Amino acid sequence: MKYIAEIDIMPQKEILDPQGKAVKLGLHNLHMDTIDNVRIGKHIRLEVEADSEAQARETVDSACRQLLANLIMEEYAFSLHTA
Amino acid sequence: MKFGVVVFPGSNCDQDAVDTLELMGQHVVKLWHKDHDLQGSDFIILPGGFSYGDYLRTGAVARFSPIMNEVIAHANRGGYLLGICNGFQILAEARLVPGVLLRNTNQQYICKNVHLAPQSRDALLTAGLDKPAYKIPIAHGEGRYFADADTLKRLNDNGQVLFRYCNEAGEITDAANCNGSVENIAGVTNETKNVFGMMPHPERAADPALGNTDGRLILEQALKAVLV
Repeated sequence: MKYIAEIDIMPQKEILDPQGKAVKLGLHNLHMDTIDNVRIGKHIRLEVEADSEAQARETVDSACRQLLANLIMEEYAFSLHTA
Repeated sequence: MKFGVVVFPGSNCDQDAVDTLELMGQHVVKLWHKDHDLQGSDFIILPGGFSYGDYLRTGAVARFSPIMNEVIAHANRGGYLLGICNGFQILAEARLVPGVLLRNTNQQYICKNVHLAPQSRDALLTAGLDKPAYKIPIAHGEGRYFADADTLKRLNDNGQVLFRYCNEAGEITDAANCNGSVENIAGVTNETKNVFGMMPHPERAADPALGNTDGRLILEQALKAVLV
């Protein structure tokens, strides 16, 4: 069965995200002063062939841990659905 | 001693490293990233550049290039390995040195001369450096060194910090911290002190024709590897 994974990778909370800070400044320049704590990460969408959702989950989790995210500076979460 | 300079797709300081080492009278070979042969090299260099277009994270994809199996085995055997700039980023992704390199605090790609204060008194690359500050160029967008508090303590306790950004007088100040690195760290070594990573480019400051040879003083330390 083919599964689609939607993966979000974000910088860890304790790590300064200068990109998010810069974007927040831009938003404030647009007078959206109510916006705070902008953090910028990555979204990755991929397809995976697997016999079961559990197997797909294991493959995607392994991909995140080994390559897609660097756990020293990032955290990840993903959802799975069938293609 | 034979040096091997690995060439990844997107490396752009490989020839600078080769030229500098040859200027120093050394035997150097280039190693293609798809090969599995270090050609008998004693000292491996991962050069600067933008391997794999810096996609995903700097160094993240190069870390899985075929030759990295042999490079990691070489390091695990105690072989010497130096990563400069993108090479340092690859070493960090391969977990051959602790920590990671993040986007510079000011969000900008910084290309300028900075000063480095040598730190470790027993690492091959820095033990013989006696000037308070070495003028070396940097050229990176992702050079902000980061490690958690436990890792930092281990680095400091074990003398694994190679260089810190400093001013011309060798004073390690906030103003001299060009990219926002934690504790001004510009370079580190692993626990066994045979793998070295640094963001600044000593190979770009080694030819007298370029008006600065401080980098050569640093790279000459590598030649002492034959004495170890």
